[in-house]
Amino acid sequence: MRQYLSKRIFSSILAITGLFVMVFFLARLTGDPGHLYLPIDAPLEVRKEFSEKHGFNDPIYIQFGKFLGDLIDGNLGYSLRKERPAIDIVLEAIPVTLSLAAVAMSIALVGAILIGSLAAYRPNGIFDRISRVVSLTAASAPDFWVAITAILIFSVSLGWLPTSGIGGVPYWIMPIGILVIRPLGLLVQVVRGSMITALSSDFVKTARAKGVKEKVVIFKHALRNGLLPVITVAGDQAAAIANGAVIVETIFGWPGIGKLMIDSIMQRDFAVVQASILITAIVILSINIIIDIAYAVLDPRIRHK
Amino acid sequence: MNDAKKSLLKVNNLSVSFDTNEGSFDAVKSINFDLKKGETLAIIGESGSGKSVTASVIMGILTCPPGRIKSGEVLLNDLDILKLSDSDRRKLMGSKIAIIFQDTLSYLNPVFSVGSQIAECFEVHKNLSKKDSWKKAVKLLERVRIPNPSKRAKDFPHQFSGGQRQRVMIAMALALEPDIIIADEPTTALDVTIQAKILELLGELRDERNMGLILITHDLAIAAEISDKVIVLNEGKIVEKGITRDVFINPNHAYTRELMDSIPGKITKQKKKILKKFSDPILEIKNISKFYDTVACDDVSFNLFPNEVLGIVGESGSGKTTVSNLILRLASPSNGKILYHGQNILNFNKKDLFNFRRKVQVVFQDPYASLNPTMNIYDIISEPWVIHSDFLDKKLHKSKVIDLLISVGLHPDDAIKFPHQFSGGQRQRIAIARALALNPEIIICDEAVSALDVSIQAQIIKLLLNLRNKFSLSYIFIAHDLPVVKDLADRVIVMKSGKIIEQGVVDDVFNFPREKYTKDLLKASPSIENLIS
Repeated sequence: MRQYLSKRIFSSILAITGLFVMVFFLARLTGDPGHLYLPIDAPLEVRKEFSEKHGFNDPIYIQFGKFLGDLIDGNLGYSLRKERPAIDIVLEAIPVTLSLAAVAMSIALVGAILIGSLAAYRPNGIFDRISRVVSLTAASAPDFWVAITAILIFSVSLGWLPTSGIGGVPYWIMPIGILVIRPLGLLVQVVRGSMITALSSDFVKTARAKGVKEKVVIFKHALRNGLLPVITVAGDQAAAIANGAVIVETIFGWPGIGKLMIDSIMQRDFAVVQASILITAIVILSINIIIDIAYAVLDPRIRHK
Repeated sequence: MNDAKKSLLKVNNLSVSFDTNEGSFDAVKSINFDLKKGETLAIIGESGSGKSVTASVIMGILTCPPGRIKSGEVLLNDLDILKLSDSDRRKLMGSKIAIIFQDTLSYLNPVFSVGSQIAECFEVHKNLSKKDSWKKAVKLLERVRIPNPSKRAKDFPHQFSGGQRQRVMIAMALALEPDIIIADEPTTALDVTIQAKILELLGELRDERNMGLILITHDLAIAAEISDKVIVLNEGKIVEKGITRDVFINPNHAYTRELMDSIPGKITKQKKKILKKFSDPILEIKNISKFYDTVACDDVSFNLFPNEVLGIVGESGSGKTTVSNLILRLASPSNGKILYHGQNILNFNKKDLFNFRRKVQVVFQDPYASLNPTMNIYDIISEPWVIHSDFLDKKLHKSKVIDLLISVGLHPDDAIKFPHQFSGGQRQRIAIARALALNPEIIICDEAVSALDVSIQAQIIKLLLNLRNKFSLSYIFIAHDLPVVKDLADRVIVMKSGKIIEQGVVDDVFNFPREKYTKDLLKASPSIENLIS
């Protein structure tokens, strides 16, 4: 297991390196930042000076070399726009996104396990049928539309919740609510499927024959076995949110990593783009490693391989 | 009333049906039986006879729906447990009645340690603390003779061997010293020597605690060895019941007699041909070895002669299947030679190997897994001709498929059906038809009848013997069940830990075994002859 994990960590580092090289070159394909930073009628000399100052005139391999050198010094470059180290900007944005993702995923996971398990207990029962329709709807609802409709109802008409910004609990309700919907719908379906299999397993009969209460049969014996596929999907969903809940962050004006990335791409703020990609990549790969560990914790057969 | 005479368990007029889309069908039809303290009742029947359904009703684990208890009562110490509320019922499960299941790998929860699964019984029924329950679990593991119990209690089911897992299951059933233990095919998946030990343990525990034991089995020999009373179930009905010895000596019902006649080791066969010393062997295995992480097969040599049935017996892990894989070239030996008509198949190029494979076919153990569920029978049987396209003209495929189906005892109309529409025995016939498709010289049967009911087993063995004469085949017949090999084989090889330890003509080896291991194997296989004679 330890060997497996160190292998995973090593391959993650390789992946990040590859990603980084790609991002560096692709970002430079989007065009000359000077065109966006300087006034449209800026004289040629000013443009040249700007490019000279930021090193955009050097051949690309020299730029890359410089970039690597800086990277080794722990320097991810300066934001052109904000004139601050890019890494500082990113490190301000990432906790916002991560706390959104953590809260949303926890709610989705706990909710899905409860609803999905109960639905699986009596497949085709009334609870199962209702939860199937609702979860399918939730999994397929477009979040931008839900977000706008929610603002219209809860902020504009009823005036209960603020339309955007960050602050106390009321500010969290709508963004979290909207982030939860889709993973919840999807996870309910995954939990239901894997719990139906787990509940019809032979070891469940053994537990019942021992006189174990139904609650324990479901939430101990079956759930521990049914959780593996759920974790895979939940990890995927968490990674997607961590990657920037772009729509929610934009609509609700949350200064998270998704919004930051979109803004800096629009502004050709290369250093910030690179730094945010590096940090999100590390986050996503960590989520994957956490999933691997969770697998091993849940299932001894994986642990002993 | 005298305590010993009082019934622990009485099943009166029990009927169970299953509601399916095709209508309701009766799985158990008004059966009656009773069980007293210290007594062993064997419930005998083939798959689908209703024996496991009966056990699930007694244990309260019948899945309803589709199952439905139509009538009857199950009296435990005069209390009808079918009328109890779920929570009252639960208090009896595991504490008064416990069950031991067959397939321990799937019946033990894979993600909890065996210690905690046993300890759970005490937590549920006795409200003991985790620590005290654990201590008791360790003691139970020691009682069922798991070596090093305090350490092994922390291990998970997959870390135990099949026999040890069955001991864990028994420990779990024993935990609360129930009055009754139901053992549902407790030894079916186990090697004979381990089976003997498990049965011995069960008998010992029954006597020690004066429990009632219900043994559910399809194996008449096991019932003969361990039970006092027996009931024979067929299609949900009790067709025969009585004292075990009486039933076996003088079976009344035609079905019981049929079962008795199917017991392997009793088929009267035409006098076996004496070894053909003068004909050349088809296959010469010379000193082959195969090393994986361990030694799977070590310096194995033997010959296979034309029209001969060669049995290979041994327990799991003895290297039987490795030998078959090496002959089929599914794996390559680490050392040694395999000569086919004098040519070393290990030096074959692609084309030679292609032609060789035509001559050597295989029938596997699990007829449910070895047929592709998405192909119909016609496609399954004719596929070899698609691969070996020069073998048979496409126009003739249809008539040849029909010929093959008829020769394995199936109907020509079966060609358009799919595997799931057949029973286990029928599927094995299909697998045999497929093996015959390319007119092979050799068919390797790897535990080909192990998964089948006795009466079906006997039919398949007869079929194999007929086909041998009709198509002049040679078989390599791999099995852990010795009586089956005795019925079918001319010569037999006994393997242990990758080595051949004894070989010879079947009657010699079985009647006058030289090696202790062979004697142990023979002694461990249960038989009804001891009871009757």
